[in-house]
Amino acid sequence: MDLGLTDEQRQLVGSFAQLLAKSSSPERVRAAEPEGFDALLWGTLVETGVVVMGVTEASGGWGAWLLDLALVAEQVGRAVAPAPVIEVQVAARLLDAIGDGPAHEALADLLAGEQLVTLAVRPAIGGCAPLTPAGAICDAAIVRDGDRLVLVVPREGDRQPVANLGSAPLADLLLTGDAVQLAAGPSATALFEAALDEWLVLTAAAMVGIGAAAHEIGCAYAVERRAFGSPIGAFQGVSHPLADDVTNLDGARLLAQKAAWAIDTGAPRSRELAAMAFAFASTTAESATYNSLHVHGGYGFMLEYDVQLHYRRARGWSRVWGDAEAGVRRAADARYLVEPGR
Amino acid sequence: MDFAWDAETEAFREEVRGFLSEHLTEELEDELYASGVLHDVSFSRALGERNWIAPEWPREGFEPLSTAAVHVLTRELTRADAPLVAFTTSVMVARVIRSVGSEALQADVVPKVVSGEVTIALGMSEPEAGSDVAAIQTRARAVDGGWIIDGQKMFTTNGHVADYVFLLARTDPASERHHGLTTFLVPLGLEGIEAQAVFTMSGERTNITYYSEVFLEDQWRISEVGAGWHSLMLALQDEHSAPFSPHLARLLDHAEAWASAPAEDGIAPIEREDVRQRLMKAVVDLEVAELLEQRATWMDSVGEVPVVEGPMSKLFSTEAGVRRSEDLTALVGPDALRSRSDPTAIERGLIEHSLRYALGMTIYAGTSEVQRNIIAQRRCGLPRS
Repeated sequence: MDLGLTDEQRQLVGSFAQLLAKSSSPERVRAAEPEGFDALLWGTLVETGVVVMGVTEASGGWGAWLLDLALVAEQVGRAVAPAPVIEVQVAARLLDAIGDGPAHEALADLLAGEQLVTLAVRPAIGGCAPLTPAGAICDAAIVRDGDRLVLVVPREGDRQPVANLGSAPLADLLLTGDAVQLAAGPSATALFEAALDEWLVLTAAAMVGIGAAAHEIGCAYAVERRAFGSPIGAFQGVSHPLADDVTNLDGARLLAQKAAWAIDTGAPRSRELAAMAFAFASTTAESATYNSLHVHGGYGFMLEYDVQLHYRRARGWSRVWGDAEAGVRRAADARYLVEPGR
Repeated sequence: MDFAWDAETEAFREEVRGFLSEHLTEELEDELYASGVLHDVSFSRALGERNWIAPEWPREGFEPLSTAAVHVLTRELTRADAPLVAFTTSVMVARVIRSVGSEALQADVVPKVVSGEVTIALGMSEPEAGSDVAAIQTRARAVDGGWIIDGQKMFTTNGHVADYVFLLARTDPASERHHGLTTFLVPLGLEGIEAQAVFTMSGERTNITYYSEVFLEDQWRISEVGAGWHSLMLALQDEHSAPFSPHLARLLDHAEAWASAPAEDGIAPIEREDVRQRLMKAVVDLEVAELLEQRATWMDSVGEVPVVEGPMSKLFSTEAGVRRSEDLTALVGPDALRSRSDPTAIERGLIEHSLRYALGMTIYAGTSEVQRNIIAQRRCGLPRS
């Protein structure tokens, strides 16, 4: 048992925190709305190695642990960064896991910075991958279509960007005839589910970041704002929900990190833990952003205040796949139905 | 990061489970429940023989246990609902005696606590002073050779079976709040002490203890005169690291066992998706509760004091206990109403009992409201209310 980060991990967190504070300031986040993509920021992140780090060394990557990516995801969430870090990292790792053929080529293009490849986190329905994360700005998307994994290169007219709550670059993608098959059969399904586990863990970490940043904004405001003759943070009706939120955020962070560790080490219950982490972090981020917004009174409802940026993304980034209940269902299936011991 | 215990610690867990299956029989459990007294002399001595009462302290003939092993030991004992209260409180007090007590007290009392021969109850709360301990009114007046004690203490659990009570009293009548307080080790056989039973919703007996004109020799004083508050803090520091999640683990064990057995229609409840989901929510809460506890233990092991992390762990685990016992008894349905003492009860009534038991956890050792105050001030940087 060791719940501390290594020196390298602390440095990793520090460097991404610094980069994002500069390149994903609230002004920049607002400027990237409503599309939710800042090409300059994305370029900087790619240059820093945000995609290549997650790929195995054998495939030309840095071989980072999923836990390392989770640490980065938390920082991405804190900054509500308008950059598709998580879905592209997971797509790269999925291409790496598939290995040969078109997947290999797509990974090479992705790592060379020539292609932005994303992952549709829900299977296609009726020939459409709905609300695909980064779908509005990607060059290609990995989509699960039945028991096949295909690489979709959206043509003009096959891509319908969708304005959305979380100001994310989502799009409905049509699966047209020239989709390239990456894998098929049970192995394709298993690969997709494993990639989804990773996406759930990293999104959980991002939810922790979104919630923690919102919580800090709320606490700072509660110290500064006075009403009825005292700082509002002195009222227990204000302070106690904030105490609950910070407790839950600490728990959600530990759970996301444990789930990442379980996937990294092949520990038992990794699928269950990934879905648990997603469920708990989603609920926690929803509560933390709600309470922080509410502490602001009417100001919290104004677009001018930053907390609304977090409030919307605490819902929008996660629910492209599902809500907390969906996470609970997936975890329950893993624990009680499928693959006992997994 | 590494979220697993090492093999040695896991092997030790099995040793503790073996001990429990030998010494914590269903008969003993029923007997303890029927009496409401969470103390059993032979069980405590069996623990003492293995040096499992205060396993981190040096004792001749024993290797002190690692922080990890102590965590696992406390967790397994608590999960099995072993009668722990008497020696948990005793160790708290022994810790204070080791830090600030006289050499004579240390030599006399500490080894007997460690071996399980002697137990100490807590005399801190009063009718008008619960979470706000500094409001106590019990007085100790200096007289020739000792003290005369007058007052009353609430929730002196085991006060009718313990050997001593750890008493916080005001020794300076002109003092206020946390000044002018002193702690004493009061032998419970002294004249003028009376324990009156108080029964609680979960069936545990506790006591109100009355002290009227009790003469106590000065040799039983623990802290320096007027330095009682500091010694009390030493005791409470310990209380914050007590594990609460094992109670939730026990509830989940029984709820999963209930769900896995065929119901009247021949179908096990766990076949239903809604049942699996509600069980799963308890699994999530348990996982988070355990992680917050493990963090406090881990901080301790690397020399950090979990000033806020202890309260966070206590708050989350106990509130989750209430939340999940409420939901899981509702899930089981009308049959969950059958009580622990009733022969028709489901899972020996332990699901029903959890609903009763969980409430107490959110109150003793600092209410949830007090924990939230600590977290709000010390972690969130919010002003005092």
